[in-house]
Amino acid sequence: MKKIFLIIKREYLSRVKKKSFLIITFLVPLLFLGMWGGVIALSIQDSGSSSTVYVIDNSNLIINDLKDTESLSFEKATRSANEEKSYLQENQFLLVIPENILESQKLDLLSSQKASIFVQGEISNQVDNILRKILLNNAGIDIQTLDSIQPKVKVTSLEITEQGEQESNAGVAMGIGMFASIMIYLTLFIYGAQVMRGVIEEKNNRVVEIIISSVKPFQLMLGKIVGIGLVGLTQFLLWIVLSGTLLTVGGLIMASQMPDAFSPEELSSISSSVPNSAAFAQQNSLLGDVQGTLAGIDFPYLISCFLIFFIGGYLLYSALFAAVGSAVDNETETQQFMLPITMPLLFTYVMSFGVLIKDPHGPLAFWLSMIPFTSPIAMMVRVPFGVPLWQLSLSIILLIAGFILTTWVASRIYRVGILMYGKKASYKELIKWFNYRK
Amino acid sequence: MLEVKDIVKQYAKHLALDHVSFTIKKGSIFGLLGPNGAGKTSLIRIINQITAPDHGEILFNGEALSEKHISRIGYLPEERGLYKKMLIGEQMLYLAQLKGLSKADATERIKHWFEKMEMETWWNKRVEDLSKGMQQKVQFVATVIHQPELIILDEPFTGFDPVNVDVIKNEIIDLNKKGATIIFSTHRMESVEELCDSIVLINKSKKILDGKVSEIKNAYRKHQYLIKYSNKGIQLKNPEGYELFQVLDTQEYEEGNKATIELLNGHHINDALAHLINQVQLQELIEIIPSIHDIFVKQVKEN
Repeated sequence: MKKIFLIIKREYLSRVKKKSFLIITFLVPLLFLGMWGGVIALSIQDSGSSSTVYVIDNSNLIINDLKDTESLSFEKATRSANEEKSYLQENQFLLVIPENILESQKLDLLSSQKASIFVQGEISNQVDNILRKILLNNAGIDIQTLDSIQPKVKVTSLEITEQGEQESNAGVAMGIGMFASIMIYLTLFIYGAQVMRGVIEEKNNRVVEIIISSVKPFQLMLGKIVGIGLVGLTQFLLWIVLSGTLLTVGGLIMASQMPDAFSPEELSSISSSVPNSAAFAQQNSLLGDVQGTLAGIDFPYLISCFLIFFIGGYLLYSALFAAVGSAVDNETETQQFMLPITMPLLFTYVMSFGVLIKDPHGPLAFWLSMIPFTSPIAMMVRVPFGVPLWQLSLSIILLIAGFILTTWVASRIYRVGILMYGKKASYKELIKWFNYRK
Repeated sequence: MLEVKDIVKQYAKHLALDHVSFTIKKGSIFGLLGPNGAGKTSLIRIINQITAPDHGEILFNGEALSEKHISRIGYLPEERGLYKKMLIGEQMLYLAQLKGLSKADATERIKHWFEKMEMETWWNKRVEDLSKGMQQKVQFVATVIHQPELIILDEPFTGFDPVNVDVIKNEIIDLNKKGATIIFSTHRMESVEELCDSIVLINKSKKILDGKVSEIKNAYRKHQYLIKYSNKGIQLKNPEGYELFQVLDTQEYEEGNKATIELLNGHHINDALAHLINQVQLQELIEIIPSIHDIFVKQVKEN
């Protein structure tokens, strides 16, 4: 036991002390923060530079109701259309409104370069509203009455659970499911491959025979797997802590720089400046919904499930990775043995996006989340949608049985493989090794 | 110290060791000899408990080999190496602790050995920064750091440069004087002949012969002598009437003749000498003793 601890300590420290570990640990949360900040910045800022639109209104219906925005200002043209055209500079537009605008509902926007969708959208949006008012007025409909009648139906999806009916949001569950399955898929590969590389390194260095004259091959393999697994958990923990800290700090900085960023007026001014304000408003209310649902999500439960299935899946696959590492002399030879390891993971990964996420309680989802080779990914897709306790427990029990089995099989190949130098192993050879007595 | 009893080891279709038995005495320097692929490494791995025999057993100081003996054996494998990126000091500490030393003990021993081998400044270096010769020294220290009672060296001098071979030979002799039993495994028999007091010869998974080097050589002595004398052109002759010896070969060299003779009918060299002294002017007389290599080749041919 003491020796396994020594091995775990070496495997753990030698990786955690590496510069690359520190870089990745700090870089990933920064990337998250950058992405998050970028999205917010993009949604708040528009094109940045402001443009001037010279208007020639032949109908005289529109021009007085056009409102300047932060990025667009409207001015009445003083010259004739042809003259005005020749004076247009960058970020200047000429809007020509025909006399029969009510019937034709067509406008010309002239500029020296292609007008952006934003400018086009803004103009059509404003003119639409003005025309609508005129048309409604002409039809004898009171606009204020109309505006006051705006039914808004919200469908609340309720999930019947043991704790009673809980609000659920399929969109949020989907997002979390996807994210969790991507994380499991990536980390199983990243840390599994680290185990494999570690084994190959020891074999290549020829240090392995010295080590196993002091400890059993199984102890060395297990020590390596546990050590690297702890590196993975450390990284997760640091990511969670760092991302949380960065997000909080980042949020505070943003809030202090833009104190009114999220005040109602600001929001409405943003929405009025965005072309499709109705869609934005919808998005905004969806965001509110998401926030509401996020608050209702049981994060400790999700994170525990994630950790259990990461650890289980990691133990199962890393043992196989270790066996592959022991069978080869260098990384280029690993290809032929990688396929059977990659296939179930890749299959489940593809299935999670295609099928599982749409039908998280169907038979395929059920079976994939029971088979130990596929359950870490499949179950994490399903967990946010709610999984009966008996299924969750059965899946975990099968996963534990699965990794005990793969570890046993892998260790039998490993103990022989690490001492085979310069021999190109085939599957037949591996079976032979498996059947060797000690 | 170590009793190897009727060991059989089978790998799939290949029989690596076929009922091999021998005994190694405490405090001896023992040669495990044989050509490549004879089964030496298989046997060493069994002694190190890396693999287990299919049949037979090994006794360590009279006890069946078990996990507690691991810390009492030091092993320098033929395929050897160290972690390239790890600091030498940390690496030593790790290997010594794996052999069961406490951290404090290990640190003290490492310091002692580093001083002895003039490696004090290496603690914070990485293996990849050391020359090959330096790495070999590190490797040797790692093998003996836990003061093992039994030191097993598999092809110890292949890959070592001549200066280090001498340094390490002396260290081995020193450790042996302090009570450690040494096993040398090699296919280059001449390299350990001078060091070993006992040997076992293995060929094609089977033991061919074992015993004390002096006894084996005695048993294979042919009572042949090389005699140099200054009388050019004169052949050595037996006294009239009886056969003392047989002349196998006579050659001229710069300062005279040299002849190879074999004593006959159990006569002693003194008898021949008493006779020859009257015949020629003697310069030199050496007994031709077969080398272990010669004995091995002879045995293999006979089997």
